[in-house]
Amino acid sequence: MKPGTFLILAGFLVIATALPAKTIVVGSKKFTESYVLGEIAKTVLERSGFEVQQRAGMGGTIILWQALSGGQIDVYPEYTGTIGEEILKTKQSLPEGAMRAALAKFGVGMSADLGFNNTYALVMRRAEAVRLGIRSISDLRRHPDLKAGLTHEFLDRQDGWRPLESRYGLTMLNVSGIDHAIGYAALANGSIDLKDAYSTDAKIQENGLVVLQDDFHFFPEYKAVFLYRMQLEPRAIDALNHFGGIDEARMITLNAAAERTKNYAYAATQYFHASPNETAPPPRQFAPKLFRWISRHLELAGISLFFSILVGLPLGIAASRGGALGQSILAIIGMIQTIPSLALLALLVPVPFLGISASTAIVALFLYGLLPIVRNTATGLQEIPPALRDSAIALGLGPGARLRKIYLPLASRTILAGIKTSAVINIGTATLAALIGAGGLGEPILSGLNLNDNATILEGAIPAALLALLVQGLFDLLDRFLIPRGLRL
Amino acid sequence: MDPLVRLLGVSKKFGGSTALQPTDLEFRSGLTTALIGPSGCGKSTLLRLLIALLTPDSGKITFDGTEVNEANAQQLRRRVGYVIQEGGLFPHLTARANVLLMSRHLGRPPEEMESRLEELCALSQFPRDALDRYPAELSGGQRQRVSLMRALMLSPELLLLDEPLGALDPLVRSALQRDLKQIFTRLKQTAVLVTHDMGEAAYLADEIVLMNEGRVVQRGSVADLREHPASEFVSGFINAQRSAAF
Repeated sequence: MKPGTFLILAGFLVIATALPAKTIVVGSKKFTESYVLGEIAKTVLERSGFEVQQRAGMGGTIILWQALSGGQIDVYPEYTGTIGEEILKTKQSLPEGAMRAALAKFGVGMSADLGFNNTYALVMRRAEAVRLGIRSISDLRRHPDLKAGLTHEFLDRQDGWRPLESRYGLTMLNVSGIDHAIGYAALANGSIDLKDAYSTDAKIQENGLVVLQDDFHFFPEYKAVFLYRMQLEPRAIDALNHFGGIDEARMITLNAAAERTKNYAYAATQYFHASPNETAPPPRQFAPKLFRWISRHLELAGISLFFSILVGLPLGIAASRGGALGQSILAIIGMIQTIPSLALLALLVPVPFLGISASTAIVALFLYGLLPIVRNTATGLQEIPPALRDSAIALGLGPGARLRKIYLPLASRTILAGIKTSAVINIGTATLAALIGAGGLGEPILSGLNLNDNATILEGAIPAALLALLVQGLFDLLDRFLIPRGLRL
Repeated sequence: MDPLVRLLGVSKKFGGSTALQPTDLEFRSGLTTALIGPSGCGKSTLLRLLIALLTPDSGKITFDGTEVNEANAQQLRRRVGYVIQEGGLFPHLTARANVLLMSRHLGRPPEEMESRLEELCALSQFPRDALDRYPAELSGGQRQRVSLMRALMLSPELLLLDEPLGALDPLVRSALQRDLKQIFTRLKQTAVLVTHDMGEAAYLADEIVLMNEGRVVQRGSVADLREHPASEFVSGFINAQRSAAF
């Protein structure tokens, strides 16, 4: 790679990460209760006079923990069981003091218990459970043919499915992974019979589900707490420790309010105003929201495409010359493409200066955008007929002039097709940016998934699809200006 | 007078097969030389060596007294014109832009370029109003005329033609042969022409270099070759061509 390319990349990282960092950043995981607790933390901190930025629904435990220990966020709601099992990875349950000491090594503090225990539970449709006579988890041993749909996190956790299976001696035959919110819909319509749940999920009441008794006391306690960076001002820490607490019944009500109104902030205000018959606020106007999503979406896709072109063209030119260098460029860029986008985001989060931010999403999109551009540039240049190459050399043009005046224009159609592919893929993939709180049209898609609400999903999915079509159309138009007329005859 | 181009022990291999045996050859100013011989005899390889599209495995090539090397090849190519079978015109450029490509690149004054273009159009019988067409909009014969104009634009000391008329139908071909002959005579152009057609070689060239299996077999006028063939191969080649013509 030329030194210029390095400089461009470095400059890109600096620009992309230059965001203000004075405010307190509150993160939350990708499920209703975590969103609501995040909103509550935000209100608590704002009432103590802090400026707060919300990074809602960033992902699972690992992403949140890396963001917190890496300093990209300052606070997020967590559960004691998860801290022990997933973060500190201890075999036996830790007393509170030991847990605090272990967290302190990462510069992380833990608030007082918020007042409720949201343990894992297994749930079934009540009617089905009654019919089969299943009351406790050990009763499942008699029904190995029930279809279990479990969240991916639960499938992999140390306190999750596999240890539970061996502890109870279960031999379930049909176990598959499914998103938490979608799993509730699947359970309601009978596609699955059993799923994991959090004991304060509002859906348990709403959908007439029954929690199976944990008769072997397998699940550890999952008391809700806030984890925060110890560098936070003492006044902020104090506020998080003493805001009044939430009991289990209250949490279920708040979760239900959030899912009913599709508005986590509103559910959080319910906690502070407590008047139960307060009506939900009118939903925020759609047009400005849509405008914000679309402009953010275009920003993510546009900036990343710009850098994909800037870096992809020189790489493609180098790759077109073949040899060991060309082969390895194509191999490496191709390899990047095989990393699932979700995994790529997760891999980039711990990188210094990136973390949970729009720049991480832009870097991921930039990397995905490279392959079509590099490959098409290389192919386009390699397909130039040898006679034309000979003519260009025989005229006495130098290598730079040959590339600029002859080779690149001749390959322009193929190169532009690569850029077009990149742009359309980018528009689609940019919806995943919402997973790490970078916004865009993925935001409504993600909350729609969490709320199991198709209308909200479509609010993001339809504009994203239209945008992809529009971009495709624009590039078709651009072809007429950028591909020399002589090549279109 | 010193020859314009001189080859000393020049040879070329591709992979394991020898395309050109060590060869000594000279081309003098003002003459048209035809390289002729059966397919694979090394005539195109020799031409590509002359414009430094290939570098010799052994020996050296001098152009106007200077040995051709990697450092001066680009400069020397600008003193040589090159026309290939299908013209090698750049499809994204108009006929005019193809012809003017190098002089624009070298920043020649526009008036000078225009008047030279005028001359070339007249010389090669190319209609001025077709200058703004793209190669795809021209006939095969017109494309070769544009290619010739492009090669002559910088008034090269040497013109190389690699089967320039090979892909054209007979009528267009004979018209172009006539025009080429006029151009060579009028410009006193030093030219090296690769062809496999003895009639074309005899019509256009002052001198013939007959090649076979990477070697120069005989050099001389058509009459020399016909009357004093150096080997069985020479008389065989000439007789075969004659019978093909009738």
